[in-house]
Amino acid sequence: RPQRAQTTPHPVRPLQISNWTTAPMAATSSPSTAAAAMWAFAAAACVKLLLVPTYRSTDFDVHRYWLALTHALPARQWYTDASSEWTLDYPPFFAYFSRLLSLPAPFVDASLVDIPVPAAPPSSAYILYLRLTVAFSDLLLLASILLLARDARRRQRPFLALLLVLWSPALLIVDHIHFQYNGFLMGLLLLSLHFLEQGKDLAGGVVFAALLCSKHLFLVAAPVYFVYLFRHYCCGRGLARGLGRLVLMGAGVVAVFAMAFAPFVYYGQMQQLLSRLFPFGRGLFHAYWAPNFWVFYIVLDKILAFLLRRLGFSIEIPEASFTRGLVGDSSPFSVLPKVLSRLLSPFYPREEC
Amino acid sequence: PPGTNQVRHQDLPEAKSPMAKPKKSRNSAPDPSVAARLPWQPSAPPLATALLISFAALLLRALVSVGPYSGQGAAPKFGDYEAQRHWMELTLHLPSSDWYRNTSDNDLAHWGLDYPPLSAYQSRLHAHLINASLPDAVALRSSRGFESQESKLLMRWTVLSSDLILFFPAALWFVWAYMKDGVGGSGERREGWTWLLAMVLLNPCLVLIDHGHFQYNCISLGLTLGAIAGILSRNELVAAALFSLAINHKQMSMYFAPAFFGHLLGKCLKRKYPIVEIMKLGFVVLGTFALVWWPYLHSYEAAMQVISRLAPFERGIYEDYVANFWCTTSVLIKWKRLYAIKPLKLMSLSATILAFLPSFIQQVKSPSNLGFLYSLLNSSFSFYLFSYQVHEKSILLPLLPASLLALHEPHLHGWFTYYALFSMYPLICRDQLLLQYISVLGLFVLIYYSPGGNYGKGMKISSGTMAVLSLPLLCSILLHTVYLQIEPPKRYPFLFDALIMFICFSQFIILTLYTNYKQWMLDFHPRPVGSKKDL
Repeated sequence: RPQRAQTTPHPVRPLQISNWTTAPMAATSSPSTAAAAMWAFAAAACVKLLLVPTYRSTDFDVHRYWLALTHALPARQWYTDASSEWTLDYPPFFAYFSRLLSLPAPFVDASLVDIPVPAAPPSSAYILYLRLTVAFSDLLLLASILLLARDARRRQRPFLALLLVLWSPALLIVDHIHFQYNGFLMGLLLLSLHFLEQGKDLAGGVVFAALLCSKHLFLVAAPVYFVYLFRHYCCGRGLARGLGRLVLMGAGVVAVFAMAFAPFVYYGQMQQLLSRLFPFGRGLFHAYWAPNFWVFYIVLDKILAFLLRRLGFSIEIPEASFTRGLVGDSSPFSVLPKVLSRLLSPFYPREEC
Repeated sequence: PPGTNQVRHQDLPEAKSPMAKPKKSRNSAPDPSVAARLPWQPSAPPLATALLISFAALLLRALVSVGPYSGQGAAPKFGDYEAQRHWMELTLHLPSSDWYRNTSDNDLAHWGLDYPPLSAYQSRLHAHLINASLPDAVALRSSRGFESQESKLLMRWTVLSSDLILFFPAALWFVWAYMKDGVGGSGERREGWTWLLAMVLLNPCLVLIDHGHFQYNCISLGLTLGAIAGILSRNELVAAALFSLAINHKQMSMYFAPAFFGHLLGKCLKRKYPIVEIMKLGFVVLGTFALVWWPYLHSYEAAMQVISRLAPFERGIYEDYVANFWCTTSVLIKWKRLYAIKPLKLMSLSATILAFLPSFIQQVKSPSNLGFLYSLLNSSFSFYLFSYQVHEKSILLPLLPASLLALHEPHLHGWFTYYALFSMYPLICRDQLLLQYISVLGLFVLIYYSPGGNYGKGMKISSGTMAVLSLPLLCSILLHTVYLQIEPPKRYPFLFDALIMFICFSQFIILTLYTNYKQWMLDFHPRPVGSKKDL
């Protein structure tokens, strides 16, 4: 059961993740958790090496293009270049990360950094290099795990929990087969959580802000962070100190965001950037449906369409489909209203209602 | 002292005993010293752990299978993959009398069948399976050199399924028999069974050859391993039958024949009516052979046709660069130029017999389970080093008993596996399996040195020996990169292959001298108190 924060004005206990897990297995005089974690990472690295020749999805081409884009073109053109259909739709820290990865790339294969990306299939040196970048970025995940492992004894965190992160099959499939860079992002998230556990809320908040600037998908965790940090970091210390802390936290977060977005504010590209980051024109659903609530919405729409057609109403069959991955404009719904863009049209003026 | 690493160990599965209750109750106060518990440390439930290790081994094999096979894209001859596919095509469409004969449909020059009939039957079974989904891959004549993603998947699955059906159960049976009866050691050996199972199943050479290069060694080695397990658990007739099947699948399994023969003979002689025992074994062996060779027993010519395909002496005493005696010494003594084939055959035969004679005699005199494992290693090694027409892949044969002895000789096993892999390095490079090589070697090293594993037990090596051994190790590591990056000089285009061969041979010689010595010394050590009698 998670420990509840005490309601007294005294220092609130930091976040306890470990109490959610089961009791640890019996101890032996075997190696430390850190050594075992490194061992597990090495074993996973061997498996990742074996995954190099497996199937690659279009995400491979996406990251290949971004690598070339950030290397060959100046930052001014990163969010406006349209030489490929796979436009850059991650926040600037990820673009900087791609730039970093592109630095050794010309030594591996000169065509890795050509814009526009050559149509020829990638050479094996190319594939190996990109796969290895994912494996190397997982070192950040290992670092966070080692930090968590240091604390493991004190917090009764069983080794199995750490092992399951390093050997997570979903992460292996998505990162090393399908091709994405979630490993190091998870590492950042775990780092942030580690700081929160230690009571270093400011550090945790700053790291989370950096994470947001790398992949805005983590915005879904932002409300929780906000509430926790507000309650834990700012409240309970009196108005003056609380306000001071709020300003401090806000300043930290704003500083991180400034580092990321300042160049693009200067170029006046914020509108373009936001439209790239939040492509509502793509529709409610991406190519492969995530099992979430909107599935029911679609199914309801289909059933209604079917019934109404049977009853004699003329309902058009929409041209747009639910399963395309690219940005489009027309409505895929037959009966029910197109949901999000109507609600969000003030924020997305290019969208037709 | 052994056993301090583990808090408690549990006896291994006697089938009826329930799982020991190893875990503390979940509601007790959490243990302050949480340690890293890996699944193969004792007090893990045995069946689940064995399944876990088997699944991990299966995963490794499946992942290696994604890589290239031998002769991929190399028209017109291709490689072992095409050979196996071709045999499936032959055995599916032609009658059995034509399998070993040169006919218009069966061109023996393009990968003619050169394994005994059980291989042919296995090819036919697999051909039926492939024919059901992809007939184009095994169509007569038109499918020569057929390569596609689907056919690769199907062919890889034939190897994986053979492995699962034969090798894995044999390995599990072996570990079970090893632990149940004890192999010359007292109870302390029992706790390493998970590590032993991992060593047997994660044999890197076997994985790379079978699932990378593409062969079916898992079948003959699995049958042999089953026979070994049968001997350990005192089912000699079953063992004899399984070993005869192994010989009938690949004639190279004969490398183990002196060990089986010596051990069984020794055991029979110690029994009440030796002649009866020998005759029982003889019947089983002859019966198995007759069953397998049935289509060819009707005439002398048919049988000789098959046998001539199995023993191609015209190909010379060695081919390519293999780390055995003849090839290595041919740097100094040009055997092929000095002698014709017949005297060379005689010389290699006598050298081989001399080499396995000590271990054979030891087993006949005083058969024991542990001695049997050593004699398997010694006899297969003697064949590898001195026999005629040995291939580099034959190192798999001595490697099997070395992995079975992993608990008794952990250092030897690790050392031998490394050099066996190294001796296959040129082959790996030719097949473009470098990534898989590195990965499988890495995993082997990690499991071998796994925290809480058993590598530390066994013989203690003095620092002087370590210093001496590290020199070839460093040379070999250097050669790994040199072989790939640097061009050999024009006068000696195979310089690096020869160097690899030389280093491996030197280590193998030391190794075989050591194991022969150990087997002889078994007779002079008093038996530990409490071990069971083997007879």
